[in-house]
Amino acid sequence: MKQVGPFRLDTGEPSGAWTLVVSAAAILAAFVAAGGIFWAYGLNPIHAYAVIVHDTLLAPGAFPEIFRPTIPLLLAGVGLVLAFRAQFYNIGAEGQLLAGTVAATGVALFTPIRGPATLPAMFAAGFVAGALWGLLPSVLKLRLNVNEVITTLMMNYIALYFVSWLVTGPWKGPSVRGFAYTDQFPASAWLPLIPGTRIHWPTLVLGVVLAAAFAVLLARTRLGFAIRVQGENPEAARYVGIDALRTTLLVMLLSGGAAGLAGVGEVAGVHHKLLDPNQVSLGYGYTAIIVAWLARGKPLATLITATLFGLIYSSGDVMQVSLQMPFRVTSVFNGLILFFLIGSERLLAYRIRWAPAGAPASAPASAVAPSPPSGEDP
Amino acid sequence: MHPASAPSALPSVPPSAPVRLAVNEITKTFPGVTANDRVTMDVRGGEVHALLGENGAGKTTLMNILYGLYQPDAGEIVIDGRAVRIRSPRDAIAHGIGMVPQHFLLVRRHTVAENITLGLAGTRFFLPTRDVERQINAFAERYGLRVDPRAAIWQLSVSEQQRVEILKALLRGAGILILDEPTSVLTPQEATQLFAVLRRMKEEGKSVIFITHKLDEVMAVADRVTVMRKGRVVDTVPVAMTSKSQLARMMVGHDVDFRLPARRPGTGAPALIAEDLWVQSDRGLPAVRGVSVVVHRQEIFGIAGVAGNGQRELVEALTGLRPVDRGRLTLGGRDVSRWSPRAMSKLGVAHIPEERVRMGIVPPMTVTENAILRRYEEPPFSRGPLMDYASATRFAQQLIVEYSIQTPSPRTPARLLSGGNIQKLILARELAHRPDLIIAAHPTYGLDVSTTDRIHRLLLERRDEGAAVLLVSEDLDEIRILADRIGVMYGGELIAVMPAGTDRGTIGLLMAGQRP
Ligand SMILES: Nc1ncnc2c1ncn2[C@@H]1O[C@H](COP(=O)(O)OP(=O)(O)OP(=O)(O)O)[C@@H](O)[C@H]1O
Ligand SMILES: [Mg+2]
Repeated sequence: MKQVGPFRLDTGEPSGAWTLVVSAAAILAAFVAAGGIFWAYGLNPIHAYAVIVHDTLLAPGAFPEIFRPTIPLLLAGVGLVLAFRAQFYNIGAEGQLLAGTVAATGVALFTPIRGPATLPAMFAAGFVAGALWGLLPSVLKLRLNVNEVITTLMMNYIALYFVSWLVTGPWKGPSVRGFAYTDQFPASAWLPLIPGTRIHWPTLVLGVVLAAAFAVLLARTRLGFAIRVQGENPEAARYVGIDALRTTLLVMLLSGGAAGLAGVGEVAGVHHKLLDPNQVSLGYGYTAIIVAWLARGKPLATLITATLFGLIYSSGDVMQVSLQMPFRVTSVFNGLILFFLIGSERLLAYRIRWAPAGAPASAPASAVAPSPPSGEDP
Repeated sequence: MHPASAPSALPSVPPSAPVRLAVNEITKTFPGVTANDRVTMDVRGGEVHALLGENGAGKTTLMNILYGLYQPDAGEIVIDGRAVRIRSPRDAIAHGIGMVPQHFLLVRRHTVAENITLGLAGTRFFLPTRDVERQINAFAERYGLRVDPRAAIWQLSVSEQQRVEILKALLRGAGILILDEPTSVLTPQEATQLFAVLRRMKEEGKSVIFITHKLDEVMAVADRVTVMRKGRVVDTVPVAMTSKSQLARMMVGHDVDFRLPARRPGTGAPALIAEDLWVQSDRGLPAVRGVSVVVHRQEIFGIAGVAGNGQRELVEALTGLRPVDRGRLTLGGRDVSRWSPRAMSKLGVAHIPEERVRMGIVPPMTVTENAILRRYEEPPFSRGPLMDYASATRFAQQLIVEYSIQTPSPRTPARLLSGGNIQKLILARELAHRPDLIIAAHPTYGLDVSTTDRIHRLLLERRDEGAAVLLVSEDLDEIRILADRIGVMYGGELIAVMPAGTDRGTIGLLMAGQRP
């Protein structure tokens, strides 16, 4: 296509390695652009990044903090990957997550279940609640052809205000006076932490297991096959008689359920009560969209992308504490990263090849290996 | 195989006509295949140059290189004596090359004029389509490409869309026009009209590269023909000095005998019975209006008709894809009027759909996955909730060998196969399980002559084994060769059913709506 020095730009299938290079470059560019924000705050960007790297990665006890936001991002993100594979644009992980927090709180405070059964019951209830929250938009889409982007998004607001109402109204704890909380959970509803950290490990394990399970689901199971056919060519799915309603419902049950689990982790592992929705979830359900999108349809890749955004969340804490910047700056970071990633999408179609000027059109030794036929690699 | 026999042979180009376009030693490899292997050919001014070759021979790849969609690994392109690099379609257009791709690239919601204006150089900023409309009308007049500039693309038939693509290329000043299998989507009448357009272009000194699988068309319109086999050029010969059988031999590499085995007389018990069937179109209008028909075991029932007379809706109703509005459908003694596609398929109904890429395959999925698409939830392809990809791969490999599907491996995404090989994959999948009823819409669409012949034999074989076959085709020759009885659809009705051997003229009149 274009000759730049000894390199030639060619079009072709994006390979895995190339995708990684382009994505990393985009993220790097986003960080450079974000440097402008530090500068605007009167901070030296290099100094600011040095502080962030130190305080998030190197300082004693800092590193594990990354995993606190990673956990909900992983669970919600892995669910979204599944939904996106079925071409169901679920923007509603935030609401499904909140539905999970409500169900878990209900079990912890308002049922007689106590002892070792409490946490499993909370997770089960949270999964079901998240799943049900995702169900309505899928039925609306398949029966009445209502755009799921709108409905899932709107369901987020319903969940948000529902939680607000609960914590200021009927569920407001008698012992908390003026605050908008519920009472604190009994000890049996507290998730155990990895000693010396604030990582509620059962939820993290659940996230990793779910990522692996969804990878197997897509690559090895009958349902996974149907999901992929439905997602890649709905017309072909109709032709071979794949039941779109059934497939989408199952996908949304799993997707919403995963987000619901994330909600359980937040109330049982972090807050130990239900409180203002904006404090329970720091926009995890929305950031999970970027997490899932970056994972490009691969559930296991969310392990990496969720950790990346966990790091960004924990840099937000650092910026707040050490640099006196508002925590919301993380949203700017997220926005910039998304912006650069979407901008870089077009570059994926190109490959750089080594083609010295002497032999313009002779057989090129490809600098970036052509992609192998993309099968389903779990 | 069309009645394309042009009224008079075209005046052949004098051998002295200057070479407009030459490709020298073009090579293009994809992972696992050499699609073009040192391809050399030239095209003269005022010439219709046919490109012939088996499925997967590399024709589309070569044209994509000329149009700047692919870069060759080696070799050069020479236009009017100057070596050029074509890096993009924009470059190609600048060099006077236009292409009508096999799958049109038009914006369906926009009008004809808007589509043509898109990317046209030197249009006014305000209301650019006004001028363009005038130009479209002028060109349409000059070449006989009638089309309403203000109609939206989705309202147009396939052949009208093709005219828009041709106009688009001509308005951009194409002196060399590439047509990739233009006639496989056309009725015989439309093909004849297209040839008239090509003739007009030729008279103006333009060059046309014309890809086809139909030898009759080559003989009717081309001046010279280049035959490709397995990525290489076999030869370029003047049409006047060759014959259909010679061309077939060059293409396949050995002598070919396309005489089909004699029809075995006699049919079996009724298999499919449709009684007073009414089916709606996508727009909710009655598309099939009271069709009654019986297809027997050991019978091929051919349905002839110009596209858009209810055939698509009929096929979809018979396969469970479209609800039956009124009437009854019985298969093997059971009322299946309300059955789902999956239930129909379980009952032994195979369906070769009309729109192969849109419906017949899942393009990004592998050949293996597409091979088991129909039966993925049955053993041995899945056991319990798990898929067994090892046996799926074995099955795919078997189909690849049995139907000679050209693919680098069973793990290749289906969208990378050539047009004809995609069709072979669909046929292989649908016929593999010995169905009792085969519903085939244009089964040999885009297939080369020898593969077409093999599919014909296969359908006859399945028929003799006891299957009932419903064959929908616009290709009268195909229907006349294969069908035991021929029905003609017009305006959603089955207006006549005739025995095999009915002459073309009679069928043709019926297709045009002249009731008996
Ligand atoms: N982008 C691609 N990547 C990998 N392989 C490709 C690609 N495009 C084409 N091929 C392979 O190159 C070969 C030639 O394909 P091409 O489409 O040129 O065939 P064709 O002559 O047009 O066949 P048909 O008559 O079936 O349309 C085929 O084996 C095909 O699988
Ligand atoms: Mg082709």
